[in-house]
Amino acid sequence: MQAVAEYVGNIKRSAGTILNGMAVTFSYMFRPPITTQYPDRTPKPITDMIPERYRGFLWVDLDICISCLLCERACPIDCIKIEDAKIDKILVTSAIDGKATPKIKDPTRFDINLYKCMYCALCVEPCPTGAIHFTKEFEGATPDLSDLHLRLVSPERKTKVLEAADEAAKKEAAKKAAKEAAAAAAAATAPAPPATGEASAAPATGEAPAGPAPDDVTAAGGGSEDDAATPPAGE
Amino acid sequence: MRQFLDGLLKQWGVTNDLVTVLIYGAGMLLFATIVLLLWVAPLAGFTSYFERRIAARMQSRVGPNRVGPQGILQWIADGLKCLLKEDLIPREADAKLFKVAPYLVFFGMLGTFVVLPFSEWLVIADLDIGVFFLMAVTAFVAVGIIIAGWSSNNKWALLGGMRSAAQIVSYEIPSGLALLAVVMTAGTLSTQGIIRDQGWAPWQWNVFRTPFLFTAFFVYFISALAEINRAPFDLPEAESELVAGYNTEYSGMRFALFFLAEWADCYVISAVATMAFLGGWQIPPIVPEAARPLVQVLAFVAKSFFLIFVVIWIRWTLPRIRVDQMMELCWKYLVPIGFVNLLGTAAWVAFVPPNQALANATSIALCVLAAAVVLYFMARVRYNLRATSAEVSLNPFV
Repeated sequence: MQAVAEYVGNIKRSAGTILNGMAVTFSYMFRPPITTQYPDRTPKPITDMIPERYRGFLWVDLDICISCLLCERACPIDCIKIEDAKIDKILVTSAIDGKATPKIKDPTRFDINLYKCMYCALCVEPCPTGAIHFTKEFEGATPDLSDLHLRLVSPERKTKVLEAADEAAKKEAAKKAAKEAAAAAAAATAPAPPATGEASAAPATGEAPAGPAPDDVTAAGGGSEDDAATPPAGE
Repeated sequence: MRQFLDGLLKQWGVTNDLVTVLIYGAGMLLFATIVLLLWVAPLAGFTSYFERRIAARMQSRVGPNRVGPQGILQWIADGLKCLLKEDLIPREADAKLFKVAPYLVFFGMLGTFVVLPFSEWLVIADLDIGVFFLMAVTAFVAVGIIIAGWSSNNKWALLGGMRSAAQIVSYEIPSGLALLAVVMTAGTLSTQGIIRDQGWAPWQWNVFRTPFLFTAFFVYFISALAEINRAPFDLPEAESELVAGYNTEYSGMRFALFFLAEWADCYVISAVATMAFLGGWQIPPIVPEAARPLVQVLAFVAKSFFLIFVVIWIRWTLPRIRVDQMMELCWKYLVPIGFVNLLGTAAWVAFVPPNQALANATSIALCVLAAAVVLYFMARVRYNLRATSAEVSLNPFV
């Protein structure tokens, strides 16, 4: 008798559980799918769906980069390479706090090896002007690995920076020569104070607040932004 | 079909027996080709698309929706892909058997279409032994699967083939017993005869006719699921244990043939269940005479597709059962219940006069019971929707 009860109970239980289970799956027929149909059928552009502090590809705003090399030194795997040239001192606006920051060097080469980069943000943190930053671009699929070797300073920009650097150097030399000439003249008229002190003080006093060279650099920077290497994702 | 050919022969004045046979053969071949090209292949393809979309929806996914509008042409793309793939035969395999196996499986599926009706007039051959033919020709599937498993020379394939053989042989018995109950009630083995014996209204269907046939429907459905190796009885191709079972070594179009057969088998078992239990192509008499052939086909296919939906739905609900559970279900539950059903049906046919008070009251009571189960089910669905406070979306397109 007990065996019969168990037998019937088994049938009843399996019928009941199957019915309940099927009710659960059937209820899902009335729910919308949660799939994001990346990349072409998203409700809004994919970059708008990415969180604000997402760590995508690195990018550098060269106009405010003061070439302090802090990022190059901070990088634990040495994927950043910077070369620079001295230019006339200008003031740039920091992207972090909006403060004016003096800039006396401009990079002539700024390479980031994105295929080595591990997105640790150790370069982003020390940057005094917020020039190097993460973007929301992340689509790095490419047929050629070297596409991921970002060369951020375009050849045009490099020549402009070098020209500006030359000009700045010439001006510097001219100023120095003028100073020296003045010092020589002074020495000729009066017993000389140590000439080295005058020479070292000269660049500080003769600051040249608005020389033509810095303006050129910023203009060149703005103009060559499109020519400069675009992020690989944009291709 | 036969009458059409007879008329043609009379018109041409052909009396020679040999020529008659040849023309019959050619005509049948033509009709079979039409059925194969225009019905079975698209049907299996569409069922695969249907299944993938439903499975996706039940898992909160989207499913194939890129090829054609809403992905409706996905199956053509899949078929083309399989055609273009390399037809690989393992070096150690028994090449001849390996090549023959998919055709046997396919033939076992296609043979059933000989007796599966679509409407009162549309059936390839209304054999007097229809149901018997159906059971016999399905056995080719088991042979094909065992040959596929054996000739692959792969232990997983062999295990899958053996499991499949054990399963099909076991479950032939309860499904045969369930169909036998129907045959006893209808008094004929002919598929058209069984459908003519039923009516258009649910209470005239075999499934609601007697309590025994009501049980027989479930016995048949469960054992048919096991016979075509569908989940939860997909032990022969249990991917977590046997890679892909008997079709592990197959590739290209041979592999596609196995899958074509699997999905067409879904239709076959649904159509047989429709034929035997759900009133087949019977439609209300108010349908005008001219529209009847079309409406009958629609009614039959609609009922079959509802059952295909249930088959798919079960697949995505229940987990796979163990081998011992599968055997236990068959031999301890379905077979004894099948025999009790058979005896009960015999007694019912012998002692309860049809279309009298008792028979009608039983039909109505069973219909009410089924309606109650459906209502309870709907309540559970509503409860599940409420329980997760999910957003309700009735739009089937994504």
